[in-house]
Amino acid sequence: MTLFLKLQKIPLQRSTRMKLNYRIVIFALAIVFGVVFSIPSLLQTEGGKKVTLGLDLQGGLHMLLGVKTEEATMSRIKSIAASIKHFAERNDILIDGLTVDATSVKFELLDSDDASKIKEFLSNIEGSKVGVNGAVLSLSLTPKEVLKTKKDAVNQAIETIRNRLDQFGLSEPVVAKQGKEKILVQLAGIKTQEEEQRARELISRAAKLELMAVDEDRNARVYQMGDMDAAEYGDVILSDVKNPKEKYLVREIPILDGGMLTDASMGFDQNNRPLINFKLNAEGAEIFGDFTGRSVGKRLAVVLDGKVYSAPNINERIGGGSGQISGNYTVMEAKDLAIALRSGALLAPIYLMEKRSVGPSLGADSIKASMVALLGGFALVILFMMFYYRLAGVIANIALIANLLILLAVMSLFGATLTLPGMAGIVLTVGMAVDANVIISERIRELIYEGKSMHKAIEDGYANAMRAILDANITTLIASIVLYAYGTGAIKGFAITMSIGIMASMLTAILGTHGIYQMLESTIKKSKNNKLWFGIKG
Amino acid sequence: MEFFKYTRTFNFMGKSKLAMVLSVLLVVASYSILFTKGLNYGVDFAGGTVVQIKYDTTAPIDAMRKKLKNDTLFDGSSISEFGSPDEVVIRMKRSSSNVTTDIGDVTRAALKGTGNFEIRRVDIVGPTVGAELKEKGLMSLVLAILGILVYVAFRFEWRFAVASIVALIHDVSIALGAITLVGLDVNLDVLAALLTILGYSLNDTIIVFDRIREGVTNVKNVELKDIINESVTRTLARTTLTSLTTFFVVFTLFMFGGEIIHPFAFTLLVGVVVGTYSSIFVASPILMWFGFNVKHYHAKLAQKTKREAEKQKMRDQFESGMM
Repeated sequence: MTLFLKLQKIPLQRSTRMKLNYRIVIFALAIVFGVVFSIPSLLQTEGGKKVTLGLDLQGGLHMLLGVKTEEATMSRIKSIAASIKHFAERNDILIDGLTVDATSVKFELLDSDDASKIKEFLSNIEGSKVGVNGAVLSLSLTPKEVLKTKKDAVNQAIETIRNRLDQFGLSEPVVAKQGKEKILVQLAGIKTQEEEQRARELISRAAKLELMAVDEDRNARVYQMGDMDAAEYGDVILSDVKNPKEKYLVREIPILDGGMLTDASMGFDQNNRPLINFKLNAEGAEIFGDFTGRSVGKRLAVVLDGKVYSAPNINERIGGGSGQISGNYTVMEAKDLAIALRSGALLAPIYLMEKRSVGPSLGADSIKASMVALLGGFALVILFMMFYYRLAGVIANIALIANLLILLAVMSLFGATLTLPGMAGIVLTVGMAVDANVIISERIRELIYEGKSMHKAIEDGYANAMRAILDANITTLIASIVLYAYGTGAIKGFAITMSIGIMASMLTAILGTHGIYQMLESTIKKSKNNKLWFGIKG
Repeated sequence: MEFFKYTRTFNFMGKSKLAMVLSVLLVVASYSILFTKGLNYGVDFAGGTVVQIKYDTTAPIDAMRKKLKNDTLFDGSSISEFGSPDEVVIRMKRSSSNVTTDIGDVTRAALKGTGNFEIRRVDIVGPTVGAELKEKGLMSLVLAILGILVYVAFRFEWRFAVASIVALIHDVSIALGAITLVGLDVNLDVLAALLTILGYSLNDTIIVFDRIREGVTNVKNVELKDIINESVTRTLARTTLTSLTTFFVVFTLFMFGGEIIHPFAFTLLVGVVVGTYSSIFVASPILMWFGFNVKHYHAKLAQKTKREAEKQKMRDQFESGMM
């Protein structure tokens, strides 16, 4: 009550000159900056840059995916082996014992007369080295080529996943490379577990489409054959997608694959069941036309990710380069599959290394809880400072509020992400930002006790406190920077709010309050009321 | 209002032996807890899975346990209440690498029929990521301490740096002991809290050291013990006040910040108390025992001013010669 009465007296004393100084001008500008740029975040206006909420506050999915890059090199080697075999067959070169390992292929040349011919072919394969050991020829990928293949596989996976997620319909999915072989995927705004699983299915689907010829000469014996027997004829055994017991014997080398696809979309068959229509590019259409023309009466297997989806009879030459994949899909599955096909296949499979998924209701609860903590802590600190230091406390509180506004403004301007630990960082900033003002006020009190003039007490108080505040803040900043550099995900948010909070406090608590004191100096002098201004007697 | 008047100096250093006994006891107790009970690494560092589930009514924990027993995948998993009776957390040592169907989906399917529930959080950390986070976490702690050591040595003197680091290790050790005692999961947020304690406790120490530095440069004083006592007394109001405001906010965070922030807030709560204590009763006495000699420091300072004066003189002579 006494505080209130005395506050009212101040305007009367304000007739004494109030000096403007550069500190107060900078402080005022900083406050204007803080207000202007924090308004979009505070009031959630339409336009303007806002603070983005982290996945732990708004709900969403964060995943770190690994890429099985060794499988990319393996498939590279396999395709080289296939081309060697193809070349030898066409040129009547006899080879034997064709085997592959992780990065090389080996075979025996039966007739040394063909050596120069096959060596020439081998030397034309990019990024490889040919080795000769008697009649055994080997071809291995150079370490550089292995690295390149792996790198390409990762980049291609990132590109593919991004394409797929862009079409999935969530706002601003994040797909980024982390380290050398890891992929970071962040999806905000996922509502349910089912939706999340759908997204994960879409991301991880290989979506490798192959059109393969059924080996009609031997297919009747497919149930008596093993994989080795099939390989002898250049065939593979694939099972049906709906009924895994049903097998097909198909030619190993596909007629064409998804790489020649130009479009895929969902459609319906005559019974109104969803299916996928696809279109091939010109080259694919020609190959497809030629093949169907040659193979009337035989069957064509539509193979997706190593499973036979259908194997229709070829009744006539199919020109135009379009086809259908029918299966037992729901509309949703068919839609997602079409997206996956359109975006292309994943060259190498991906696997889950880390996943953080937060439901939207939990995010909302976290926001509520941390807001209560923030407001509660804020109110306690403000009341305490006013109670202990009177008007000096009020000045410190002005600095504290300015600090929070600037913190929010800087975060909005840089589009920084506010996470739950970030909220904790803000709460902590509230507690620690007043520290500078406590140090300064204590120094001023000391000097007043020593009988110094008000001017000297204020100026020396700031000068004496400066070193300690700087040293203390810089060491805290060192800890925050290390945390930012080594922290991951949400923890980075904590380091960000702490760092910005500390730097803003140097502006508000040191420069800002100093400006206020300088402006009010003569008023304070005239009042001769140390109890009102600094909470001390004398 | 004033907590402390500057009318008399408290004899803090007279109590330093007692404080040392207390500190050693606390640190030894912390390490014996740490070594017997072991630090309880959470999923972030150990790898594994955490699934947080909220039921419409009280969570049927017994029924859930029964359901999970049917699948060997859940062997060694634990179910515990999380904040309120209708919310639980299942912790598993296992993680899964399948993107399409992960261990969270399996849990959802396995719990079918236990009531109406919503899966609110699934954290899966694979072994490689866990090991990496552990390595990075340890690295960040070491780097932060090193960076601080270098800065303090540069701004003050090496003895100040070592004294403040001993105080920091003291604080972190006791905080770790407290964490282990109450059985908190050590995750990334606890690590962040530990790093914050480093910053906070150092803050306190530096404010005291700054006063000591100021006192030492004042030629009249020669007894380090008196300088320290006076410095600690003079900064006592500030130390108490800032500790109080920080304690206020950390306490509200602990009380109202929600279950997820609990381990973080708890660690800080311990840190604020221990950090305040250590800057008075650990860092300062160590400075004394390290034999920081005020007279030597004065001599060194005098020499430095003399050298600078000589340099200035030479420069003046040189410039006047040029004229």
